[in-house]
Amino acid sequence: MKTNYRSAVHDAIADAMRADERVVLLGEDVGRYGGTYAVSKGMLEEFGPERIRDTPISELGFVGIGVGAALNGLRPIVEVMTVNFSLLALDQIVNTASAMRHMSNGQFSVPVVIRMATGAGRQLAAQHSHSLENWYAHIPGITVLAPATVADAYGMLRTAMADPDPVVIFEHVGLYNLSADVEELVPTDISTAAVRRTGADVTLIAYGGCIPKALDAAERLAAAGIDCEVIDLRVLRPLDDATIMASVRKTHRVVVVDEAWQTGSLAAEVSARIVEQAFYELDAPIARVCTVEVPIPYAKHLEQAALPQPEKIVAAVHGLFGDDPR
Amino acid sequence: MIEFTMPALGADMDEGMLNEWMVKPGDTVTRGQIVAVVETTKAAVEIECWHDGVVRELLVPVGQTAVGTPLATLLEPGEQPGPSLPKDQPVAADTLPAAPTSAPAPHPTPLAAPIGHRLWVSPVARRAAASLGVDLKTLSGTGPQGAVTLHDVEHAAATAHHEKPKPPPPHQQPVSAESKSAAEKARERGTAMRVSIAAAMSRSKREIPHYYLADEIILDTALNWLTEQNAGRSITERILPAVLQLKAVGLAARKFPEFNGFWRDEGFAPASGQHVGVAISLRGGGLVAPAIHDVSEKTLTELMADLTDLVARARAGSLRSSEMSDPTITLTNLGDKGVDSVFGVIYPPQVAIVGFGKPAQRVVVVDGGIRVATTVHASLAADHRASDGARGALFLAEINRLLQQPRDL
Repeated sequence: MKTNYRSAVHDAIADAMRADERVVLLGEDVGRYGGTYAVSKGMLEEFGPERIRDTPISELGFVGIGVGAALNGLRPIVEVMTVNFSLLALDQIVNTASAMRHMSNGQFSVPVVIRMATGAGRQLAAQHSHSLENWYAHIPGITVLAPATVADAYGMLRTAMADPDPVVIFEHVGLYNLSADVEELVPTDISTAAVRRTGADVTLIAYGGCIPKALDAAERLAAAGIDCEVIDLRVLRPLDDATIMASVRKTHRVVVVDEAWQTGSLAAEVSARIVEQAFYELDAPIARVCTVEVPIPYAKHLEQAALPQPEKIVAAVHGLFGDDPR
Repeated sequence: MIEFTMPALGADMDEGMLNEWMVKPGDTVTRGQIVAVVETTKAAVEIECWHDGVVRELLVPVGQTAVGTPLATLLEPGEQPGPSLPKDQPVAADTLPAAPTSAPAPHPTPLAAPIGHRLWVSPVARRAAASLGVDLKTLSGTGPQGAVTLHDVEHAAATAHHEKPKPPPPHQQPVSAESKSAAEKARERGTAMRVSIAAAMSRSKREIPHYYLADEIILDTALNWLTEQNAGRSITERILPAVLQLKAVGLAARKFPEFNGFWRDEGFAPASGQHVGVAISLRGGGLVAPAIHDVSEKTLTELMADLTDLVARARAGSLRSSEMSDPTITLTNLGDKGVDSVFGVIYPPQVAIVGFGKPAQRVVVVDGGIRVATTVHASLAADHRASDGARGALFLAEINRLLQQPRDL
């Protein structure tokens, strides 16, 4: 079955709504307009305005409604247009949703799923192109997911709906049109990283929108005789250390690819864990390929130049073998 | 290509341990630039490079001792690097230790000589070397920044299987600088300094036939002039009497070159400039006598600044290689310690040392009358191989004459 990432997210929401009448979808333009990224097209007609709720432009308000609804027995899915708008709702997510189980001594859980688009590459300029996954991955009490494949776009959302605690899902804007042949869309786990390509010489660790770039770089490096393993983190909190370390023990070399800015990034966290847990397995310094530390440019050539690209990954890998590609 | 050799840092400096490289391959260096720090028995000496060029290769790793050996190679400005650098081809490392089937890459033969830079070894390579019994010092790295990688270790282990085991090269055990506390290092340096002073002074008294001359110099003119000069200066800019003595010694040494230079096997070689070594006692015991360069060419103000700087750095244990290696004559002043006179021991291969005691009011006879004047006892200890007493007397008299005409200093 040929399908794409956008349809997979749509199907996951629709299937969840059909399976459980407590599931509701809220957000800006999710109803009449069909979703900013056209994920919820047709749902208003199928499920009605009670369950598909267009909200005012107030992230603090409607994310808070989602948290409150979850506390009161519903299973809400809240769509935030892009990650930058979620900053307006940080208090609801970081201060309320994530802490409620702890602060109520386990009496209350907040089974809310908050989805948002993330990342750059579509000329949405400095205010709508962030990768702030690491901000959320910092917070105990929430699970942070970054599906990078069509199968995960469906499967991780379905599993997230069954989670009794808050889950934040990042959908990279560059992935919505990604298509793939899938046998059947099924729930997938939300606890492990995945090896997307096996290799012996170097481990490329990435997530979300950087996975296709890492796989592209791996193809190019294969032509140069360097065999890359590509790990898709998938779950950004909690990180699956075991899968990462198993790969490091095999390849002894690591390049972490992260569309976030390098300073304080998830790439930094992953690097630190490798040094803590597998230092004596390393045969070269850990390299990072991150976004240039500037506000994301609007101009297409500048935007592309700022982001991680297969060429930069290839150069970083060569650097681990003592070649100076410059 | 230029071979940059570690300068000899003085007669008593038998060895120094390379503490730090301040440059790396590819860096441009200019004449006089400080390129490395060497820990000697006396101080952490900043090593200057006297060539212009581009660093090609560092030959001595940090932690290794070296004196008089090549430290680095430099490319002259405009020179292209040759093809001889051992640079391996990128090899997708086969991580299985028992994999002799991997294509034999053109590996450099194991080096018995010191590796061309500080020995960098990747963590996994270090571990593998320990378990495979590979001596890392015999390897040259092919990894990032020349680091020894797992592949290098495994290749060496595989090669060693086919060769007769050789006795390990007679490497000096590098002293681990990091593992010692500062106090320990200071204590060791103090002990080591006594050893090196003992060696140099024994050599001096064994080899150099000293002769000694002394004179009493009236300082009233010089001190009065200095008081006038200093009246117009701030406290920090004031010139000390020691600076007048320093300048007088420099000028006299220029006029009498047989006291300014080195006695070597082939005889006496006069030096071209007057670089006066100033004996500085260190707070923890011991002393150093680093040079103030071109004393005869400098103004009193410049010399005062140089002296202040030199004393501070000597006591902080931070001197430059040229200061250690360049003195052409030594000046020792024990006046502040309260002694009337000091007769020095020559620091080989120099041939003279001038000593000054305490300036004090003494009874002197001037023009047939008895007067009280401020005087200082100056002495000369000189190498009889290089000069005779008559010339020595003129040399000491010249210092006296200069101190009577402070305006000319």
